[in-house]
Amino acid sequence: MGGFRDMTGRIRAGTVAWLQAAPMALVLLVFLVAPILMIGIVSFWQATEFSIVPAFEFDNYEFLFGSSVTYRVFLNTFKYALIVWVFTFLIGFTVAYFLAFHVRTLTWQIGLFLLCTIPFWTSNIIRMISWIPFLGRNGIANSALISWGVIDEPLDWLLFSDFAVILAFVHLYTLFMVVPIFNTMMRIDKSLIEAARDGGASGVQILWNVIIPLCKPGIMIGSIFVITLVMGDFITVRFMSGSQSANVGRLISNDIALLQYPSAAATAVVLLGTVLIVIAILLRFVDIRKEL
Amino acid sequence: MTKTNISRRGMLKGGAAFAAGSTLGAPMIWAQNIKDVTLRQFGTGVSNLNEVGQKVKEDLGFTLEMTALDTDSVTQRAATQPNSFDIADIEYFICKKVWPAGNLQAMDTSKIKNYDKIVGIFRDGKLTPESEIAQGTAPHTVGFTSGPDGTDFVQEESGWMTLIPTIYNADTLGIRPDLIGRPISKWSELLNPEFRGKASILDISSIGIMDMAMVVESMGEHTYGDKGNMTKEEIDMTLAIFTEAKQAGQFRAFWKSFDESVNLMASGEVVIQSMWSPAITAVKSRGIECVYQPLEEGYRSWGGGIGLSKALTGLERDAAYEYINWYLDGWVGGFLMRQGYYSAVPETSKNHMTENEWGYWFEGKEATDVITSPFGDPLAQVGEVRDGGSFEERMGAVACWNSVMDENQYMVRKWNEFIAA
Repeated sequence: MGGFRDMTGRIRAGTVAWLQAAPMALVLLVFLVAPILMIGIVSFWQATEFSIVPAFEFDNYEFLFGSSVTYRVFLNTFKYALIVWVFTFLIGFTVAYFLAFHVRTLTWQIGLFLLCTIPFWTSNIIRMISWIPFLGRNGIANSALISWGVIDEPLDWLLFSDFAVILAFVHLYTLFMVVPIFNTMMRIDKSLIEAARDGGASGVQILWNVIIPLCKPGIMIGSIFVITLVMGDFITVRFMSGSQSANVGRLISNDIALLQYPSAAATAVVLLGTVLIVIAILLRFVDIRKEL
Repeated sequence: MTKTNISRRGMLKGGAAFAAGSTLGAPMIWAQNIKDVTLRQFGTGVSNLNEVGQKVKEDLGFTLEMTALDTDSVTQRAATQPNSFDIADIEYFICKKVWPAGNLQAMDTSKIKNYDKIVGIFRDGKLTPESEIAQGTAPHTVGFTSGPDGTDFVQEESGWMTLIPTIYNADTLGIRPDLIGRPISKWSELLNPEFRGKASILDISSIGIMDMAMVVESMGEHTYGDKGNMTKEEIDMTLAIFTEAKQAGQFRAFWKSFDESVNLMASGEVVIQSMWSPAITAVKSRGIECVYQPLEEGYRSWGGGIGLSKALTGLERDAAYEYINWYLDGWVGGFLMRQGYYSAVPETSKNHMTENEWGYWFEGKEATDVITSPFGDPLAQVGEVRDGGSFEERMGAVACWNSVMDENQYMVRKWNEFIAA
């Protein structure tokens, strides 16, 4: 490697690039890489009732992979992620499409877009918990349905069920789908759509052959947001299922509550691996870097 | 973990710590310095009340900072962060878990003014000379240690206490009599198919498993050697019965925090569930009928106490002893008893309660006037009697104490499976 400066005395371009990247790299190293390494290391440790002993053993993983509960819980986590993804995508895409192509003026587009973000002014725990009195046995939903004569008995499955969990997830995370899709839609050159129409394409054909392919990066970014958020969640599942369903996040939080840090770390490592694999698969479909 | 004899604030204040150390026992200077003392206490929401902190400031002059956490977090902090607190307000079964870690220091009973008046439950384990000791982690079995530096438990009154008992109660099932409409007298009713989709149990493994054991015994399925210390087979069997019930839709939800249990009951989502006494009070204060139902098989009981951090020394430790003596002196006892708990030294609490309150809460007598909570909510009308009756009737019918089992880790894993099932 050459010196810091070349013969004319100027700082070499490569060095400048390194220096420019250094602060960010340092931040990521300290706050992202180091904690993940630590989790990885702790996952091989040993825990007794009230102490954690550094060790190198596979007990935590053995127990994790040896228990049928783990598989069931992972499956449940995937189930939530998939169903929530489908709904947030359908709703998110529709909303973004409406904003981008049906609303004509920029002022209205921005105005309506901000409207979508209003619920985000309150904490997401509050938005979630507010569903509980609404969906309860004697809640607003049930009493309204009864007074309309739609049902005779209150519906129990509205609350403390998978239905409630998914409803809350969709409510919480749809915006994460709307934003990136809306963003990519806004950047579609309108003349492409005109060209397609001139060429005789129907509305559905335009949607399928022009808009969706061009929105892929937005869809993909939204999907990554939603999937990682749902797979990492524990509090929504706990509250909305009345603690009756479990996902991986809850396994981890239970372990932490019971001081089983190594076991929690092992589960976290496996979850991290799983999520990374899912994202890797998603990225095979779209080269986000190229498209952005 | 760092082991140092100088407390955190001692380090900060440097010279002040030295001055305090060298003038120990000189009350005049002590009285001046104590105003600067801040003690950090943490514990479950049960007794970590701001009213207590305010009263400490008034009566003793120093500041008590309080943090309320859930049971699991309390255990976690006591076991892993000894420098984050001065006073731990924990339950006896948690003490069994965390005491051996050496983060708490033994307390000299000769410095406790009302030690001789503490009820027998916390000393030799007996409420009255002829009472039998219940199953589980009875407080007196983890209440004493061998000496100032002991990390063991001894079974006699050694003069060194692990925790100074402060608060305890007998727990049972809470019911909504208006929605059930018939008398409930057995623990087994929790799994009665009549209440399908309307029952709940708490999702705190160490306590939940005991409620389950009470139910299983009541159903006649099994008689445990010790409900507080089950074998692996017993754990499997107990959770299998409850898993079956869960899958059949018996439970509406499980609750983890006090507020959740109140909301489940008050909203009518649940009509029968594990519950804690103040949660019943909270439901009642909303004007909703709710009974803390005494059951044939007896109560599941718990007790809490105050422990001192190992790092606490000098002036702060003196202040902590002062606080403990004040705690047992009656004001807090009265405050807690008017919410339905019991104080470790009931006779001092009597001075801080009206005759009507003492009669209702402690002696199980009919209320002669409206009974209100310390916060002013009416809890009982004239002529009403406390659920379960007097102190002796309730604490004398304890079937088991909250506990930590030898097979705790196995139980916890099985519990996780139950939740995921």
